[in-house]
Amino acid sequence: MNDQPLIQVNKLVKRFGPLTVLRELDFEVFSGEFVALLGPNGSGKTTLLRILGTLSRPTSGSVRIASYQLPQAGAALRAHLGVVSHQPLLYGDLTAEENLTFYSKLYAVEGDRIREVLDLVGLTNRKNDLVRTFSRGMQQRLTIGRAILHNPRILLLDEPHTGLDQEAGEILDSVLQAVALEGRTVLMTSHDLVRAASLATRVDLLSRGKIAASAPTSELAASDLVGFYRQGLQEGAGA
Amino acid sequence: MRAYFQAVGAVIWKDFRAEWRSRENLSAMLVFALLVILIFNFALELDLQAKASLSAGVLWTTFIFAGTIGLNRSLAVEKDRGCLDGLLLAPVDRSVIYFGKAIGNLVFMLLVEAIVLPVFSFLYGFPVFHPGFLMVIVLGSIGYAAVGTLLSTMVVQARTRDILLPILLFPLTLPVIIAAVKASQGFFQGLPLAELSVWVNILVAYDVIFLAVAFMVFDYVLEE
Repeated sequence: MNDQPLIQVNKLVKRFGPLTVLRELDFEVFSGEFVALLGPNGSGKTTLLRILGTLSRPTSGSVRIASYQLPQAGAALRAHLGVVSHQPLLYGDLTAEENLTFYSKLYAVEGDRIREVLDLVGLTNRKNDLVRTFSRGMQQRLTIGRAILHNPRILLLDEPHTGLDQEAGEILDSVLQAVALEGRTVLMTSHDLVRAASLATRVDLLSRGKIAASAPTSELAASDLVGFYRQGLQEGAGA
Repeated sequence: MRAYFQAVGAVIWKDFRAEWRSRENLSAMLVFALLVILIFNFALELDLQAKASLSAGVLWTTFIFAGTIGLNRSLAVEKDRGCLDGLLLAPVDRSVIYFGKAIGNLVFMLLVEAIVLPVFSFLYGFPVFHPGFLMVIVLGSIGYAAVGTLLSTMVVQARTRDILLPILLFPLTLPVIIAAVKASQGFFQGLPLAELSVWVNILVAYDVIFLAVAFMVFDYVLEE
C-alpha cells in the first residue's frame, strides 16, 4: 500500500434541506484496500458513495480521489470508477451482451473485454437472454460485470447483496473476491457484518454522518463483530 | 470528439434497440396521433376554405400531443429503472445524454409523422409531399424535441412529472408551434416558400438557440 490515500475525504458535509446527513466526515481509503462501510439505515452510507461516485455534490468539505478533486474533475474521475448501486442500472429489454456493449461504447472499451467479463461473472451461456428474464442474483452478477467492464481502479458497491438468496450471495462473494484479487480498491456498504468482515480488509462504522469506529478485519474475530458494531454506535451517538 | 459521437450513438442505439423489443413508446404515440386526426376529421366537418386555414392547426396539435407522450416516457423510463445513474456515471460530457435522447425522441416523432401524414393527406385532401412543407415538419419537430428533451429531464425527478411536462412545455414551445402552423398553413394555401420565409427563419433560429441552450445547461439540470 502507498502512504498517500487513494480516497481522501476531509470535513465532508452533505445537507438535504434542513437534514444534515454527513457531518464533517473524515475518511481515507488506501490503494488496494477492500473497505466495508457498516452502519444503520440513514447513517449516510449511500450518500457518501453517491458523492464519491460523482452522482451528488458535497455541501462543503473536500473530496479527493487519486489526483482528482471533486466535483470539478468528475468526468475525468468517472473513467476510473466502477459503481454498483441499489438498482442494477441495466436495461431489461436488452440482452446481457447488449447491455455490456452499450456501456462499452460509453466507456470507449474495445477488444474482447465483454467476453472476458461475461466469463468472470459466469453469464457467458446466458449472454443472449434479455436481462428482464434474469433472476436477481444473475442481474447483480451482470451489474458487477458492468461496473468492472472498463477496468476501473476503484469499485464503489452499495449493498450489493441486497435481495440475494444464500447461493446467489455466495456466487457474488466469489466474484467480488476475484475482483479484489485483481488489485482494485473496493469500498462496499453492507448491513451483513459477517459477510463484510469475511470479504474486506478493513471495516469502518458510519454513525450519524461520521466514522464512529474502524478496524482491520485481521484484528477482529467473528465473535467480536457485534460488540464492535454496538460499541461504535454508542460512541457515534455520544459524539 | 470521436468518443463523444460514439457515446451519442450508443444512447440512440440503446433506445432504438429497447423500443424495437418493447414497442411501448412508438405504438402509444402512433395510435394516439391517428385517433386525434380521425376525431378532428369527423368532429369538425370543415368546408374547403375552413379546411385550408384550420388543418395545419389540427396537424400540429396531433404532432405535439403525440410527441409529448414520447417525451414523457423517454427520461421517465431511465429514472424508473434506475438507469439514469448508469448514464451519469459514464466518463463523458453529460451533453452526450441530451443529444442521444433528443435525437432518439426526434426520430420517434418523425416516424410517427411519416405514418400520420399520408392519412392526413387522404382525410383532409392536402398534398403533403412538398419539399418545403416536409422541411417545416422536420424543423418544427427538431425544436419541439430539443426543448421537450431538456424539460423532460428537468421534471423527471418530480412526482407530478406527467402533468408538469405539458404545463412547462407548451408555453415554451409556443413560438415553434405558431411558426410551424403558419408555415404549414401557407403551404396548404399554395403560397410560395419565399412568402413563408419569415416563419421558416423563426423555426431555424428557435432550433439553433434551444439546442445551444440545452448543450450549456444540461449538466446543471441533472444535478440533485
